[in-house]
Amino acid sequence: MSRSAAPIVTLRGVGRDYPGGVAALRDVDLDIDRGQLVAIVGPSGSGKSTMLNVMGTLDRPSAGQVVIDGFDVAELSDRELSALRARQIGFVFQHFHLAPGVSALENVADGLLYTGAGLRERRERAEAALRRVELGHRLTHRPHELSGGEKQRTAIARAVVREPALLLADEPTGALDSHSGEGVMRLLLDLHQTGTTIVVITHEPVVASHLPRQVSMLDGQVVDDRMAVGL
Amino acid sequence: MTTSPRPGRLSPRDVLRLAGYALRARPLRVVLSALGIAIGIAAMVAVVGTSTSSRAELNRLLDSLGTNLLTAGPGLTLFGEEATLPDESVAMIRRIASVESVTAIGQLPDAKVYRTNRIPTPQSGGIGTYAVRTDLLETVGATLASGTWLNDATAQYPAVVLGARTAERLGVGAVNEDMQIWLGGRWFTVIGILNPVPLAPELDLGALIGWQAGRRYLGVDAQITTVYTRTDPHAVEAVRDLLARTANPAQPNEVDVSRPSDALAAQAAANTTFTGLLLGLGAVALLVGGIGVANTMVISVLERRAEIGLRRSLGATREHIRTQFLTESLLLSVLGGGAGIVLGSAVTAIYATLQGWPTVVPAWVAAGGITATMIIGGVAGLYPAIRAANVAPTEALATT
Repeated sequence: MSRSAAPIVTLRGVGRDYPGGVAALRDVDLDIDRGQLVAIVGPSGSGKSTMLNVMGTLDRPSAGQVVIDGFDVAELSDRELSALRARQIGFVFQHFHLAPGVSALENVADGLLYTGAGLRERRERAEAALRRVELGHRLTHRPHELSGGEKQRTAIARAVVREPALLLADEPTGALDSHSGEGVMRLLLDLHQTGTTIVVITHEPVVASHLPRQVSMLDGQVVDDRMAVGL
Repeated sequence: MTTSPRPGRLSPRDVLRLAGYALRARPLRVVLSALGIAIGIAAMVAVVGTSTSSRAELNRLLDSLGTNLLTAGPGLTLFGEEATLPDESVAMIRRIASVESVTAIGQLPDAKVYRTNRIPTPQSGGIGTYAVRTDLLETVGATLASGTWLNDATAQYPAVVLGARTAERLGVGAVNEDMQIWLGGRWFTVIGILNPVPLAPELDLGALIGWQAGRRYLGVDAQITTVYTRTDPHAVEAVRDLLARTANPAQPNEVDVSRPSDALAAQAAANTTFTGLLLGLGAVALLVGGIGVANTMVISVLERRAEIGLRRSLGATREHIRTQFLTESLLLSVLGGGAGIVLGSAVTAIYATLQGWPTVVPAWVAAGGITATMIIGGVAGLYPAIRAANVAPTEALATT
């Protein structure tokens, strides 16, 4: 079986319990193929954030098997998981998490910091990534000088600068007005067109409805998984 | 089978850049928390610097004065009376091999010194009158502040040279033609004033007249009370052993032999006790500064959980996070230490310049200061760094 044909994300019987008896995930089975754009949608408390953490290897499941890019998470040490994230997984957060007082270029270049790339290479690739999200004119601006939409696009540039196999976006439009939000969604669709695998987590069915595949969650379980017609 | 992913290494330059970013983001906090360490290091550098500078000054002084002067004075007799030295002692000491020059002074205890004859008798001011030989100046290494020294002619006339403190006490600023003082019941003309004499401080509070003048005008033949001997610098100890027996063969036990340069060195050594105390205070300041840095770092870890979570999501290992926070702590305290070294050196330079000393800050103090701050920064940063490394990424990202 060739690696590129295998799903990028495979969850088998995954559960995640928190102390106190809360089951955030229960017996989840999910495959995400390379190149897919998937929305994980559900109300708050449905377990979608836990799902993102588990897929992003930030959290380990209490039960079941998680395979990311061919690696069984249970078999990797914390160091190896960090290295896997550094190369293969990009994150976009609702609140951007940009470093204040540091230019957009340096923020994006930090996305490559833990890959072992040298400073010059990091800056060159960061500049290219910022141009790709149409922020070529904002290289030296600091986060407080950027609009909300620009901040999120900077954060997306930081996530895609190392060309990850998997891009995980947690409520990427949650802190934005509808206009900026549309711009961000368009950017994610563009990235999807160029082959990036993207998982978007959202509680807004409207946002999810624009995406080709929608996985609905409720109470830690996948309740629906459908492909949009015609896509 | 695919090989397991290996984390990338951060170059030392990247580690420093990361630490620098974090410190630049909160400049006031950096200044305040580095201040404690700066003060501690500055105190220690200044204490060591000033004491080294004063020692350098002493060495310079001893070099210029010479450490080869020996003083032989009459001690007490077996019966507790003040002894004198026989007149021949000067000639006999001169015959010792390795002696370069010898001179003697004799105190005239009955000849009191006053500014004028109107001053009541008891107010003599503690000034001692000494009959001196004309070769005194070279032997004790004294220099004139103004006027001239006694020569063979003026030594026979009522002429007087004042010690530095005597001139000050009598209010004699400079020598002029008709400056006279009341000495031993008659007028003496002041012909010169000495600079302070470090190796013979008794002369500073003295009025020096010629031996013959004492005999002729005061009617007393002075007894030798102190003999000053310059020796070959390599034979000081040998001459010292011979001096008492030679000066007074009959009663060598009545002769006190001393080496004035030793007294100066001992005085300098006495100051080291005080130096130790100040160093201790500096160390306490340093410790408090270290606690300040640790405190800042702990708070920094609490505040920056989101940043830690983000870095973990970007692929930082626990080790990367630990290194980052440890480096921040090190950088913080080294900044403080560097500022402290500059500050302490400046204090030393100002103090030494005011005292007229050479400024000496030994290199080992600077090296020691930086080493101490590195250790403090490392110890202070260790616990916060470990805490930072153990922050769970999911929890950190969920906080906002």
